[in-house]
Amino acid sequence: MRKQYNSAALLFTVVFICGGALLLSRAVKAAGEGKITGTVKLDGVAPHMKGIDMSKDPVCVKAHATDPGHLETVVAGANGGLENVVLYISDWSGPATTSTTVPVFDQKNCMYTPHVLAMDVGQTFKVTTSDPTTHNIHPLPNPMTGNIPWNQSQPPNAAPVEKSWKAAEMIPVQCNIHPWMHGWFVVVKGPYATTDSNGSYTINNVPPGNYTVTAWQETYGTTVQKVTVAAGAAATADFTFKAK
Amino acid sequence: MRTRLQRWSLLLGATAVLALPMSLWAQLTQYDLNTRLGAESHIGNTTGHAKDAALPYRRFCVGCHGPLGDGNGENAPYMQPPMFQQPRDFQLGVFKCRSTPTGTLPTDQDLYDSITRGFDRSNMPQWNTLSKQERADLVAWVKHFSPRWANEKPGTPIVIPPEPEVTADRIKAGRDVFARVQCWKCHGVQGMANGPSASTLTDDLGRPIAAFNFTDGSRPKCGDTDQDVYRIFMTGLDGTPMPSFADNIKPEEAWDLVFYLRTFMQQKSKEKVLAKQLGLKPVDPNAPAPTQ
Repeated sequence: MRKQYNSAALLFTVVFICGGALLLSRAVKAAGEGKITGTVKLDGVAPHMKGIDMSKDPVCVKAHATDPGHLETVVAGANGGLENVVLYISDWSGPATTSTTVPVFDQKNCMYTPHVLAMDVGQTFKVTTSDPTTHNIHPLPNPMTGNIPWNQSQPPNAAPVEKSWKAAEMIPVQCNIHPWMHGWFVVVKGPYATTDSNGSYTINNVPPGNYTVTAWQETYGTTVQKVTVAAGAAATADFTFKAK
Repeated sequence: MRTRLQRWSLLLGATAVLALPMSLWAQLTQYDLNTRLGAESHIGNTTGHAKDAALPYRRFCVGCHGPLGDGNGENAPYMQPPMFQQPRDFQLGVFKCRSTPTGTLPTDQDLYDSITRGFDRSNMPQWNTLSKQERADLVAWVKHFSPRWANEKPGTPIVIPPEPEVTADRIKAGRDVFARVQCWKCHGVQGMANGPSASTLTDDLGRPIAAFNFTDGSRPKCGDTDQDVYRIFMTGLDGTPMPSFADNIKPEEAWDLVFYLRTFMQQKSKEKVLAKQLGLKPVDPNAPAPTQ
């Protein structure tokens, strides 16, 4: 009998201490958030991005009359900066959704803008269309992760589609009507950033601490780096992908 | 020098050490399934029990759908897309024929109807020879393959308003919907499955798939009543390139589109007669897109 009481008391103490520690750590986190910034570069010659034959749809041909469409699997800018790389904290233990914005995935000139859309688990995002032709927006997640595939039409002037994802996953997106249209929904937990055309990025609102930052590129995969963020300061993490 | 006994025992020991985790892994998948044997289905007043369907499944279904329900039965390799679609992978829990919105689970009745109806132009026959109870048990068995049924509820079925009278005006309006949402991109301006995007269609697993040809006398896979046709384009066929049009076609317009699609089909219908009287021409694919 007494032994049971002892263990109950012990359990209570442990829960109390852990709960207190959790609350305290939250309080410390709110003190001064830092950020992680840097650039992602390509080491070597960027692979040739093939032109796209859009002759299936005259509307798309017309939209690209002066600016031919190209594949976007590796987009390297001046100085080898890599665009469309998603950076996120892979050992994030805070709340899954940290962003309150609504990222927009637009179908414009029979291409996806942006080509890669990053978002948090549970964050609402919008799919819009700017084209005078019908698209179908068809993400292909693995249903085993908890993300369920869906497929919606978007004729010209259609209202935006608003959705969110349940689990972290790199989800390919396609349009079956225009088979060259290919993009990504990158669903991660916690703060994230996507590189711009120079390959630079900034992950904002990162509480001080030690983190593993992962850079994901659709062709080259992932690389990781350990980063220490100090309160109110910017930590730097530069990444390099080897051209294949 | 080791004795023969030593060598044999060493070999046996190594085999056992290697084989143990493998057999455990194989049992785990079966174990996962066994934990879901309590799955039930409700078709009207009939309650189906997964555990009662083990034998009928082994007798009638396992050859194509496989013991683990992943669509890799021993007959599966002989079904070559796009002529014949591969058997459904029940583990994914993604189904074509639903009364529920895209991205949601079908109702028990939807699965029951699919088993009963079979799929035209596929190796899935009609199972209306099985009793209602057997089919209900099989629905529960199909559900026990996917973890989705434990975590999610089926979607809310879309509401289909009562079917209006077929009129010439409605058929003409249906032609406008066909042009506006550009069904012809895949199905062709005459419904012959020869639209500009028809040749490159692939399903969710990247296998080639054909658009439905309205004109060759075949029946839609998810049923050929007017209500079925309505449901097909409003919910979309998940796992295939056919998207949901529920957000872009209003319910009364949807009936107009059903009537217009009937004019393509070989089966005799009031719609066909009216379209002939009207002298309807196919839509013009080069016309600028009309606004909503």
